Amino acid sequence: MAFSKEYLKEQRDTEWRVNLRKQIPGKERTAIPRVKMPEEDPRERAKEQKKEVNKGLSEKQAMVEASRCLDCVNPTCIDGCPVSINIPEFIKNIERGAFLEAAATLKETNALPAVCGRVCPQEKQCEANCFYVQKLKKPAIAIGYLERFAADYERESGQIRLPEIAPSNGIKVAAVGSGPSSLAFAGDMVKAGYQVTVFEALHEIGGVLKYGIPEFRLPNATVDVELDSLTKMGVIFEKNFVVGRTATFDDLKEMGFKAFFIGSGAGLPNFMHVPGENYNGILSANEYLTRVNLMNAADPGYDTPVLRGRNVVVVGGGNTAMDSVRTAKRLGAERAVIVYRRSRVEMPARVEEIKHAEEEGIEFLNLNNPVEYFAGDDGRVNRVRLQKMELGEPDASGRRRPVPIEGSEYDLATDLVIVAIGVSPNPLIPAALPELKVSRWGTIEVDPETHQSSIPGIFAGGDIIRGGASVILAMGDGRRAAAGMDQYLKNQRTP
Amino acid sequence: MSTILQKEKLSDKVCRFVIDAPYIAKSRKPGHFIILRTDPKGERIPLTIASADKEQGTLTLIVQNVGVTTNKLCNMEVGEKLSDVVGPLGQATHIAKKGTILACGGGVGIAPLLPIVEGFQKAGNRVITVLAARTKNLIMLEKEIRRWSDEVVIMTDDGSYGEKGLVTQGAEKVINREKIDECITIGPAIMMKYTALLTKKYHIPTQASLNSIMVDGTGMCGACRVTVGGKTRFTCIDGPEFNAHEIDFDELLKRLGGYAEEEKAAYERFLASEKK
Repeated sequence: MAFSKEYLKEQRDTEWRVNLRKQIPGKERTAIPRVKMPEEDPRERAKEQKKEVNKGLSEKQAMVEASRCLDCVNPTCIDGCPVSINIPEFIKNIERGAFLEAAATLKETNALPAVCGRVCPQEKQCEANCFYVQKLKKPAIAIGYLERFAADYERESGQIRLPEIAPSNGIKVAAVGSGPSSLAFAGDMVKAGYQVTVFEALHEIGGVLKYGIPEFRLPNATVDVELDSLTKMGVIFEKNFVVGRTATFDDLKEMGFKAFFIGSGAGLPNFMHVPGENYNGILSANEYLTRVNLMNAADPGYDTPVLRGRNVVVVGGGNTAMDSVRTAKRLGAERAVIVYRRSRVEMPARVEEIKHAEEEGIEFLNLNNPVEYFAGDDGRVNRVRLQKMELGEPDASGRRRPVPIEGSEYDLATDLVIVAIGVSPNPLIPAALPELKVSRWGTIEVDPETHQSSIPGIFAGGDIIRGGASVILAMGDGRRAAAGMDQYLKNQRTP
Repeated sequence: MSTILQKEKLSDKVCRFVIDAPYIAKSRKPGHFIILRTDPKGERIPLTIASADKEQGTLTLIVQNVGVTTNKLCNMEVGEKLSDVVGPLGQATHIAKKGTILACGGGVGIAPLLPIVEGFQKAGNRVITVLAARTKNLIMLEKEIRRWSDEVVIMTDDGSYGEKGLVTQGAEKVINREKIDECITIGPAIMMKYTALLTKKYHIPTQASLNSIMVDGTGMCGACRVTVGGKTRFTCIDGPEFNAHEIDFDELLKRLGGYAEEEKAAYERFLASEKK
């Protein structure tokens, strides 16, 4: 899937890239400070659910930032990217002002660049591998900002270029779920000439990109443009269709589907199972975010209700916790608090989300953990008992294990609690395929290279095999599964 | 999209709809439910499937007008389209030959009871059904229920039809008269709570079908969580039927009111906009 070293070198040696490198001496490049993302004012943005926080780079800012990149002989940044984007090629295209070319480079390996430019944890991936970080001890090239810039530029130009599509081979394949893994899968398969249908249980396409990630971080319109490109490429989207329920896998085989990709996600919210957790006003982040993002519950023109809180407690330290707490603030919370059982260093959320949350006035009670909830006679939560924690020895995840401090309990007033401590794989698909091999956590077991499950012709990727990861890892899975399925179907035809 | 093919008013507040949904009509089993949205600004609500016709590709739904969405739905006419219908969801009723089944249906809970009594009678059980409602015109689907029951007992709060009294009084008479192997109860949570207390006294295994608040209906949101046997379960994927003797009905009753204020405000807004 990744480009060969020879190919990357060949590209690096093209005339325009050689000339570009000569234009500015390396010393001058490394002296340029990393660009700052223009943002909406924290006080203003915290009042609006749908206003995107990051405004995006200007053309000039993008070109200057791109000129920081040294166009390394050995571009280690690519190794940090789960979908192996040809990073130097797209960045150098930005430097020379060929923005549409940059977008085209991104789309060679990434079906959703405008999404990834916004939600990837770049500081742990491509940017962590950047020469600036590794060798110069300076801030990395802002690869994520540049990716977003190129994708947005293409979209706003109205000149969206569709990738080349191979002639149709007439073979029908299906993706189950319409989140990032399925979309990446569908993009690659339709390019290879397959007839791809994506089945979605909800009434909207996009999975977590629509129901989970709020619009202040990822506008729906941005997602819709990328979905529109897939539709134009020939992908068929089928909403309100629960594979295994509405129709079984056998039914779909009868309808001509030759192979399946399962990207049904980790749609089952975890709870802590502490006393009082089922009181009213205590809900999963999935429920809260789905009501607000998918059902538009904060808009009085829509029918779905959402609970509003004055003192909102969000339990967890990941991106979903940040999305929930910042949503609560936007819906009018006077006090919106993160309760996290480890310390700031161990927080799995993107650094930028934590920074944005702090700017918006979110409080952080790190090294705290809920142990019990209390409610009034009406059954609505009014108080949470927290226990203080300290960090002990590292656990299986490599992070230091939180250890409760006996006798440190204290109570905090609250009228809305959002539990964002992770999700488990959705059990609907494994239940529909009794012979499918699943782990004891309920994740589907797959071959790490081909992504084929224990049932030939059924592939899987994303959170249903990982248990709760990221958009970009899911997309990488989708791409590997597409390659695996393509090979499988070719082998079927030439016995 | 799903088209309304038939509509019939069963009482002031209750309508019967036949809608086209060919895939679901083919794959559904007794006990399954669907989630629907009337229009793109609507909410997702769960409704149990009362019956289905595989050949015609249709579902029958019984809708009681209690809030914004059910009001919108009851105002829709034949030929209009529901923007979204998805299913079948939930675990199907475990139907087997048990002997004598006591089926208790209250109010709009009679609708989801219909496919279950049909299933049990077809499986060779003797089926005794107790139907209960406040007053005579709220006893629905009596003819259909009679078709699949060996005996039907009707109870009304005001005595306007059948016997005067609650579902539990009708059920207890039957229990005292003959051996019951299993009981199924569907209706308002408070009715199911007291039915469960009654059958527990007589050690009769009992299933209750719950009508929890849901958003997606596929396990994603957890709004429908309920405590059964001390453990948190999700009504949408683990239920909707559970061992009635283990359900924490008091918690369920409180959780059903979890959005009461918001729902009331939305209903008032809706009625005000209707007047305009």
